[in-house]
Amino acid sequence: MSEPPSIFDILGPVMIGPSSSHTAGASRIGYVARQLLGDTPTRAVITLYNSFAKTHKGHGTDKALIGGILGFGPDDLRIRNSLELAKQESLVWEFKFSSGPNRYHSNTARIKLSGVGGGNVEIVGVSLGGGRIRIDEIEGFGVNFGGQSHTIVIIAEDIPGSIKNISAAIADTNNNIANMYVSRSERLANMVIEVDHPVEPRTINAIRTFPWVRFARLIAPMVEGSSRYDK
Amino acid sequence: MEFRLLSDIAEYCHTEGKDFAQAMLDYEMRNKNLTREQVYASLKQILLVMEESVEQGLTQQVVSPSGMLNNWAKQIYEHPLGALGPQLQKAIARAIAVGEVNACMGRIAAAPTAGSAGIMPAVLVTMMEEHRLSRERILDALLVSSAVGLIFARNSSFAGSEAGCMGETGSAAAMGAASITYLLGGNEEQILEAVGFALKGSMGLVCDPVAGLVEEPCTTRNAVGVANAFVSAQMALSGIKSLIPADEVIFATKEVGDLMSPRLKESAQGGLANTKTGREIQKRVFKQSD
Ligand code: SF4
Repeated sequence: MSEPPSIFDILGPVMIGPSSSHTAGASRIGYVARQLLGDTPTRAVITLYNSFAKTHKGHGTDKALIGGILGFGPDDLRIRNSLELAKQESLVWEFKFSSGPNRYHSNTARIKLSGVGGGNVEIVGVSLGGGRIRIDEIEGFGVNFGGQSHTIVIIAEDIPGSIKNISAAIADTNNNIANMYVSRSERLANMVIEVDHPVEPRTINAIRTFPWVRFARLIAPMVEGSSRYDK
Repeated sequence: MEFRLLSDIAEYCHTEGKDFAQAMLDYEMRNKNLTREQVYASLKQILLVMEESVEQGLTQQVVSPSGMLNNWAKQIYEHPLGALGPQLQKAIARAIAVGEVNACMGRIAAAPTAGSAGIMPAVLVTMMEEHRLSRERILDALLVSSAVGLIFARNSSFAGSEAGCMGETGSAAAMGAASITYLLGGNEEQILEAVGFALKGSMGLVCDPVAGLVEEPCTTRNAVGVANAFVSAQMALSGIKSLIPADEVIFATKEVGDLMSPRLKESAQGGLANTKTGREIQKRVFKQSD
């Protein structure tokens, strides 16, 4: 059973136009990629599929994606000038387009980011309309989450007890696991854990100190309508 | 707490002795575990963005990147020849103002969508000005509009790709009609009648955006949507009845949307997008952007 919708699914989101799917959703996908990189991005390779590939410019999809990668929310006016701002911040980007037959949903973007510290991350995100998104892939692992909750993303060696240890690290700060998805390939496991409260630094640090954890990152939900237009 | 039909909400109002706005406040507070203050604070933020977007479209330079929209709102607002009476003339200028701001990558509040984002702000700002209503009253009207959107989303769709433009400017006009009726003292039945009229007035409306951009015909359709909202509210407030009840009209929009060819649902393959001029504009826009 899905929970009843909020009146703010009807009124809102507050966003930079023109399109909730091609602009607002695109910026959210970029923002998730940035958070998963966990570093200042220096290079972005973005592949747009299907409808995103066809109509991206007219909707400012490129500006929205780059804006998200720079850390701007979907209601942040800086999205308009994000390409210039990215140049100022020495971000180098490249767009590729794919509209041939493929397995992707109509508004899909693949984003590969490299950071100042040498790290890389690659995700595939889908814009579902109304500004909502779904992340379908992280580092080649199939995932399925919306980035609207506090989320911990972990890639670890698939050893017995790993889930138990990670759950304990989360419970240690009185946080609750709302959802946990695990997928496996070869000898690695990918865990996407949605929790009820903001994740404390010591939780993520504890998880990172497990020798079998390769990658652990946080996604904090974007706060819309922050105090910017409180008058 | 769940509402399936608009008539469920009206019934809730009768049994609880509340009005539409209070019913929606209860709904949101209970389901999302929020206080009254939290709900109103969020509503206020939305209203502020709506007012700002109207203001911007009426005062700043707004020329869309495609060149299709070019400061029309100001032109209508200031035009000396009034075909409509000054209230409606200003109202439609406000709707177009928001459409222009949206196309120029300005900040808007989707209500219910970005493509139809001009209708609710135009309705609310106009009601506030013409009837000297307080912001608090307007926030209640926003709550009322959310009731219409909630049931419409449940039983039809906001997506142009599913319900055509009935889903966008049609549903927004119905939300606006309900708000106006509420603000002028209409009862629950009259609010529902207004919704019925507005949706009947947009029944069958296709989604055919030129070059796939949210500009033409979207922006002027927002203006027509505002007029629809006021016309529908006027009929309901005068005591006229929609012979088909609002909830059934909503189901009909779903059926009509399902029957509509995919070419007429956001794919920019039919209707205005497929006219000779529409195709020429598309070619020009895409060349520009390569
Ligand atoms: S024509 Fe289509 S894109 Fe334009 S407002 Fe209507 S539903 Fe939205």
